[in-house]
Amino acid sequence: MTLPLLVRRSLRQHLLSTIVTALSLSLAGGLLMTVWSLKTQARQTFERMDGGWDAVLGARSSKLQLVLNAVFHLEASPGNIRPADLAALAASPAVKAVVPLAMGDNYQGFRIVGTSTNHFTDHEFAEGRRFRVRDGRLFEDGYREALIGAFAAEKLGFKVGTEFKPYHGLNYASNTQDNVQHDEVYVVVGVLEPSNTPADRVVWIPIAGIQNMTGHDPATAQDVSAALVKLRDPAAGFRLDQLYNKQGDKLTFAWPIGTVMAQLFDKIGWFDSVLTLVAWLVALVAAASVLASIYNSMSARRRDLAILRALGARRRIIFTSIVAEASAIATIGAACGFLVHFALLYGAAVLVRSQTGVVIEPFQPSWVWLWAPASLIGLAALAGTVPAFKAYGVDVASSLSPES
Amino acid sequence: MSLLEIRALQKGYRSPDGQRQAVIDIPEFSLAAGQAVALAGPSGSGKTTFLHLIAGILTPDSGSIRIDGQELVGMDEHHRDRLRATAIGYIFQSFNLLQGFTCLENVLLGMSFGSGIDRSRAEALLRRVGLADRLHHFPRQLSTGQQQRVAVARAMAGRPKLVLADEPTGNLDPANAKESLALIRESCAENGSALLLVSHDRDILKAFDQVPSLADINRAARSLPLRA
Repeated sequence: MTLPLLVRRSLRQHLLSTIVTALSLSLAGGLLMTVWSLKTQARQTFERMDGGWDAVLGARSSKLQLVLNAVFHLEASPGNIRPADLAALAASPAVKAVVPLAMGDNYQGFRIVGTSTNHFTDHEFAEGRRFRVRDGRLFEDGYREALIGAFAAEKLGFKVGTEFKPYHGLNYASNTQDNVQHDEVYVVVGVLEPSNTPADRVVWIPIAGIQNMTGHDPATAQDVSAALVKLRDPAAGFRLDQLYNKQGDKLTFAWPIGTVMAQLFDKIGWFDSVLTLVAWLVALVAAASVLASIYNSMSARRRDLAILRALGARRRIIFTSIVAEASAIATIGAACGFLVHFALLYGAAVLVRSQTGVVIEPFQPSWVWLWAPASLIGLAALAGTVPAFKAYGVDVASSLSPES
Repeated sequence: MSLLEIRALQKGYRSPDGQRQAVIDIPEFSLAAGQAVALAGPSGSGKTTFLHLIAGILTPDSGSIRIDGQELVGMDEHHRDRLRATAIGYIFQSFNLLQGFTCLENVLLGMSFGSGIDRSRAEALLRRVGLADRLHHFPRQLSTGQQQRVAVARAMAGRPKLVLADEPTGNLDPANAKESLALIRESCAENGSALLLVSHDRDILKAFDQVPSLADINRAARSLPLRA
C-alpha cells in the first residue's frame, strides 16, 4: 500500500505538472501509434488492394504509374492500347479475363471510367466478393448511363435518375471557371454497394462513352487506356512479363500488382523512417519532460523525503517511489494516448478514403498498441531514475528543520 | 538492562575556517525501558543532533549507541532504517507532517516502514488523541495543536520502544503545550515506551522527575556558542 499511496499523493500534490506532462506523453504516444499503424496498415492495404486482378497492361511507362492509374484511379494514363493489342492479350491462353478501362474525364473531381459490364458481373474484386448494385441497375452498353461508386454517390449526392455532364480531363478545379464540360448528358442508373476499394470513388460508364465523348480524338476512339488482367496461373505472368516488358517496347505489363505497390512503399520508405524518427523524438522529449518536471520539484520534495526517511523509509523505497511516479505519469499519458491515436487515425482514415477509396481501420488491433505504450512507460521510468537518484541522496538531517 | 545505552559518543562538524567543532561529547548516558527523561538545554546546545544520533539519522564520529541491545554505530544503513522504523518514534518540534497526506495516511506511513499497516490501530490512535472526526483532513486543515496530536499518534503508530521528542511543544501555546505533553506521556505509558524529551521550556521540564541538563551530560555543550 505504501508505494501506491506515495505515488498517488505525489501525483495529486503536483497535479498541474502531472497533467501537463501526461498530456505531452499522450501526444507522443498517440503520434507514435498513429504513424506506425498508418504506415503498416497503408502498406498492407495498398499491397493487397489489387482489385482482384493479377496485372495491368498499358502503354509503355512505369509499372507503378499503370497500377496507380488502373487500380487506384490516382495517376494519369501514360497512353493508349491499340485495339489489336487488346485483342491479342484477350486471346492469349495465359489470360483468364481482361477488362478494358478508358479514362480522361471526371465529374467534380471524381474520375469517370469507361469499362465493360463484366467488370461487375463476372469479376471478384476480393475472394468471394463481387460488386453489388445497391440501388438501380448496371449501365447498358450503348447508352449514356452511369453506375456510381458508393463514396462518389454520397459525396456528389447522386441518386438513381440524377443527370450530369462530364468534365474533360482528370482534374477538376473547384474555384475556377476553367473546367470544360462535355455536352453529353449521362443519367445515373445505379449505385454500387460500398466495396471499400478505390472503385467506390469512381463514376462508371460504358467504355464507348469515354471513347466517343465530344472533344476526344476520334482517331483513338477504339483505343483503351489500360486493361486489367486475370491470369490462369502464376507462371503465365512470367511469360507475359517476358513478352511485353523484355521483348516488346510498346506496352508495359505491370505484374504482380502487390509487388509493384510494395516497390512504391520501398521507395518512400525513407519518408516512413523520417515520420517514425519524428515520433520517437517527440516521445523522447516527452520522457525528458517527465524528468524535468520531477527534477524541478525536488527542492520542494526534499523535506517530505527527509520525513519519510526519518520515519524509517529506506533509500530504495524513496528511489522506487520516484521511478514509479514517472511510470505512473507515463501510464496516464499512454492511456490518453490511445484517444489521441484513434482520433488521429480516424482523421487519417477519412483522408485516405476520400483520396484513394482505400479503407484504413482505426480500431484494427496492432502490436503497436502494446509496445508503444510499454516503450513510453519504459522511457519515462528511465528518465525518472535521474530525479530518483537525487532523491536517493537526500540528506535527512539537514533537510529536517528546524534544529533545536 | 537499559533500553538505551550511550558510551563515549562524539560528533563534530568542520567549521568554515577548517576547525573541527565538537557538538556532542557524551561519556555516558542511559535510559531504561519505560522510563521518561527530559533533557534541558538551550537552543544550539546540540539537542537535535543528539536525538538524530540516537535515531540513526546521523552517524557519530565515535562511540557507542545501543538500543534494545543492538549496536547502532557501525550498523549498515539498511538495518539502521529498519531499527528506526521498528523501535523508535520521533516527535519533531515542527511536527514534520507530510502535507500532501491526510492525518490517517500520515499515521499509516508511520507504521508502514516498520510494524506494517494496521488501519484499525491507526484510526484508534487518532481517536485516542481526539481526532476521530479529522481522519481524512490534511494537516493544513488542522490547528497547530491538532497537528501536534497527529505527530504524537504517528510516533506511537509502530509501537516504538523508544520515543524521541525534540521540543515537541515549541510551537504550541502554554495550554496546548501542557495538554500535548500529557498526551505524549500518557501515550508512552500506555505503550510501555521509554521517552527521551529535549526542551528548553521550564514549564514543560517541571513535569519530569529527572531533568538533567544536556550540558551536564554533553561535555561539548559547555563550550558551544549558544544560538540567539
